[in-house]
Amino acid sequence: MDKRTPLYEKHVALGATIQSFAGYLMPIKYGAIQKEHMAVRESVGAFDLTHMGEFRVTGPDSTAFLDKLLTNDAGVDNGKAYYSTMCYPDGGIVDDLIVYRIGDQEYLMVVNAANLDKDWAWVQSHLQGFNVKIVNESDETALVAIQGPRAQEVCLKLTDVDLDSIGYYEHTTGKFAGIDALIARTGYTGEDGFEIYMKYPDAEAVWDSVMEAGEEFGILPVGLGARDTLRLEVGYPLYGNDIDHSTTPIEAKLAWVVKLKTDKYFIAREVLEQQKAEKPGRYLVGMKVIGKGFPRHGTPLFSGDRKVGIVTSGSIAPALGQAVCLGYVERGFQKRGNELEAEVRGKRIPLKIVKIPFYKEGSRK
Amino acid sequence: MSNIPENVRYTETHEWVRKDGDRYVIGLTDHAQHEMGEIVMVELPEVGAESTKGDAMGGLEAVKTAEDFYAPMDGEVAAVNEELEANPSLINEDPFAGGWLFAVKVSDDSQFEGLLTAEEYKTHIGE
Repeated sequence: MDKRTPLYEKHVALGATIQSFAGYLMPIKYGAIQKEHMAVRESVGAFDLTHMGEFRVTGPDSTAFLDKLLTNDAGVDNGKAYYSTMCYPDGGIVDDLIVYRIGDQEYLMVVNAANLDKDWAWVQSHLQGFNVKIVNESDETALVAIQGPRAQEVCLKLTDVDLDSIGYYEHTTGKFAGIDALIARTGYTGEDGFEIYMKYPDAEAVWDSVMEAGEEFGILPVGLGARDTLRLEVGYPLYGNDIDHSTTPIEAKLAWVVKLKTDKYFIAREVLEQQKAEKPGRYLVGMKVIGKGFPRHGTPLFSGDRKVGIVTSGSIAPALGQAVCLGYVERGFQKRGNELEAEVRGKRIPLKIVKIPFYKEGSRK
Repeated sequence: MSNIPENVRYTETHEWVRKDGDRYVIGLTDHAQHEMGEIVMVELPEVGAESTKGDAMGGLEAVKTAEDFYAPMDGEVAAVNEELEANPSLINEDPFAGGWLFAVKVSDDSQFEGLLTAEEYKTHIGE
């Protein structure tokens, strides 16, 4: 039985197309995906992301515990957040996540909904030897994201917190729309914006306040469909599409979240260190479709007659008006400007490897 | 509920077919366009190409999905809707008129009678 977020009735009333996603009934779109996408690029949109999972880590060994579990460095200041991967010993990715450092001995991990059970089991299985406590708060924590160049103007109407003092990937706690919330300047759209974490019973009031405050800016509710096109347009990987157990952060060009420059031990360190030194056999790259065609997840990539890779995400990029994709290509074929072909329905479609992000005008990069 | 006009015939693969003089015009049903969502690219057959009943004649790309469309009758492609190149969303906005896909000339008109009626198509999609 799929779960409903506390905003489910709101989505139904807004006429959303609802689909089961990671065990939740989630809004895919309310109207047209491209319109929702452009609202976020040009003004502001609101997302219900309550399906995301939240684990709270507390205790004297919190930093040491996360440093072992995650590839990125947990040693950030209180009030900061960081993006990381979590790897298996073979270097494959368990999940990618955002971690908020709440205090000296407290962090909040935000994980992908589709990986929630797997992540929880994985995190639990490494507790031994650490004086930490972890609590799965996923079923009580709602998440509303307000994203777009006008997001701050909307949020300013709903809080006395000095939003200007919250930098990118920083957060604070405070009153938001009259309730207690974690207010973070994070997101998955390439735009400026905030993610507001709150208790389930507060979600409806926050959602209504956000929609009302955003009215003058033309705020739209945004479903998971546009969330996917927004992230793809700025080249953010999606777990299950672009990264999974069979890929490593080095291959996925996520070496920047692997703390090899520190001397801290973490799971998969040796494997990733070696792979970085020897260079991986394939790399995740961004490609623009030249002319007509539409590669999707699983579409094979060719250089002449040789199969050199596979597409992992592909879609129209609404703000660019053309199709783009992410995919893995063999080392040697990954250079920017290199032309490849995707085979779609027996036809070859030319592609060109380009720099990520595809869309470069975002209010956050 | 989808719009299922009575004056055209249907296929199980969600094309509609309308007799228009000496040829048959083919498009995507309202039900199918609604299921697909916003269509952002159309791959059309070439005029003069052979149309063999059941063969894929081209493709439709929506933001989240891709579907082929199929020939409902044996014949030859007589025309394609070139307006879709610039404006594929016509299929969503006006599936039974401005959003037509292609037209065929056939040698055996009896094929038309073998297609689904509106009533049969309605049952097929469970409405």
